[in-house]
Amino acid sequence: MLVSIFDVAGPIMVGPSSSHTAGACKIGQIARALFNGTPTEADFYLYGSFATVYQGHATDKALLAGVMRFLTNDPRLKKAFEIAREKGLKYKFVPVKIDSPEHHPNTVRIILKNKSRQVSLVGSSIGGGKIKITFINDVPVDLEMIAGRFFSLLIGHDNEPSNILHPLYGKLIDWHIPIAGKQTICDVRNKKKCLTTLNIEGSYLKLLQVLELEKLSGIDFVRSLTKLLK
Amino acid sequence: MKYQFSNCGKLLEICKKNKLPISQVAIRREMELFGKSKPLVRNKMKEVRNAMWHAIQKGIKTTTKSKYGLVGTSAGKVYAGVKKSGSMLHSKVAIRAMAYALATTEQNARMGRIVAFPTAGGSGVVPGVLFSTFEHMKSSKRKMLNALFTASAIGIAVLEHDGTISAAKAGCQAEVGVGTAMAAAGVTEMREGTPEQCVNAAALALKNMLGLACDPLGGLVEVPCVKRNAIGASIALAASDMSMLGVESFVPMDEVVEAMMNISATMNESIRETALGGLAITPTGFRVREKMGLPPVPKEYLKKTPTKKCGNCKGCN
Repeated sequence: MLVSIFDVAGPIMVGPSSSHTAGACKIGQIARALFNGTPTEADFYLYGSFATVYQGHATDKALLAGVMRFLTNDPRLKKAFEIAREKGLKYKFVPVKIDSPEHHPNTVRIILKNKSRQVSLVGSSIGGGKIKITFINDVPVDLEMIAGRFFSLLIGHDNEPSNILHPLYGKLIDWHIPIAGKQTICDVRNKKKCLTTLNIEGSYLKLLQVLELEKLSGIDFVRSLTKLLK
Repeated sequence: MKYQFSNCGKLLEICKKNKLPISQVAIRREMELFGKSKPLVRNKMKEVRNAMWHAIQKGIKTTTKSKYGLVGTSAGKVYAGVKKSGSMLHSKVAIRAMAYALATTEQNARMGRIVAFPTAGGSGVVPGVLFSTFEHMKSSKRKMLNALFTASAIGIAVLEHDGTISAAKAGCQAEVGVGTAMAAAGVTEMREGTPEQCVNAAALALKNMLGLACDPLGGLVEVPCVKRNAIGASIALAASDMSMLGVESFVPMDEVVEAMMNISATMNESIRETALGGLAITPTGFRVREKMGLPPVPKEYLKKTPTKKCGNCKGCN
């Protein structure tokens, strides 16, 4: 395991708990980045210890703040409910008694909606502000982020032909962006759609580059999870 | 990988070989591993230092209680003790360190901005000890920054030696305990101790925190976390003093970390951040649970209270 100084010295965050507050906020941020627009409705289904102690640890405020793109150290996190109401974002918290989808004690399912689309995501906070994303739109994924060191690119694309991602890899090579890890998973119900996560640790994509990748044929969307986490 | 270390023994070897203090090895390791420049690493640590100082300043002045009213008034009281330290048993430095540690953790409980160093629950010890000593010695800001790097180096060594800083895994010894060890090493470097003395101070401090359970009332990071940070600060100062006076830890730091993980393997889950054991299931703990509207503690966790011994009549059975 590669440990950075700033895994120990940090993160700078709003209390009271690194896993229940900072981690929750990060899951919210990821959900919003995947949604790529302004949601009007946010539903949170809380599992495990998130369901029992979420009020005491301000997990609810942190999740909502993350969805509104606040960083973990933003003092506005305390007033997340009021700010959400001002912005016209409807929210709902549902503690679920049953076990979480993948049995981690701190798990949440976030569903973001507006008039045109909907995104759902399941994430767990695994301690010390580290998080893990396990489902996106009901497709199992394995995204783990430790203090913002793992920069990932999330690509939704068609299943066929099999070399559909080759032009995209070509572009990344042109930009000198190394790919440290790759994982492709296809939707169980909709066999034509797949989701690929690329680990581009250490490199950084500009917004224009992301948009360029999105224009390639057969690609539905490209989301860069680079600049989210501090 | 010239500056890569996997435990405290290796860290000391690198220090000796290159004739560098621990802080410089930590900076070079970060530069080497992540390809960052030195100013970048230092600037990021400056941000950490400033955030710590702001949290302390705010925590000392604020007296509002946390949401469920468990903590929030001790920092000011202890800070008042700095002025009348003539009638106190601890030195001025120690009292101020405790006040700062309380200020940081109370600020955390109030949902203020703090630095999780190493985690939110154990965030008070390092800033408390280092800032108090910094004021007492009137040392330079550069030294303060180096002390923070030394403290983080100890945290990295613990993590790399298969240790943990998560109370859910190893109890409070891994949060406040490791925080105390980090603070002891940092303050020893600030006092111009050798790398050996720094690591030795960390070992002395961590040895005293071994076996500490994580049993927060109602699962909140408030009681006993806040006051444990304060007393951890005084332990860190004591360990540093002993190390500077030439007392050596009989068990080296790496073995203390192994011992910590050994203990964690035998720890029951009820005392690992689940609020189902220890202080959390005392009558006061039950009152807090009730106030928060939490479900009652499952019966299997309650049976463990020891019964009084009263002869051999077996009437109780």
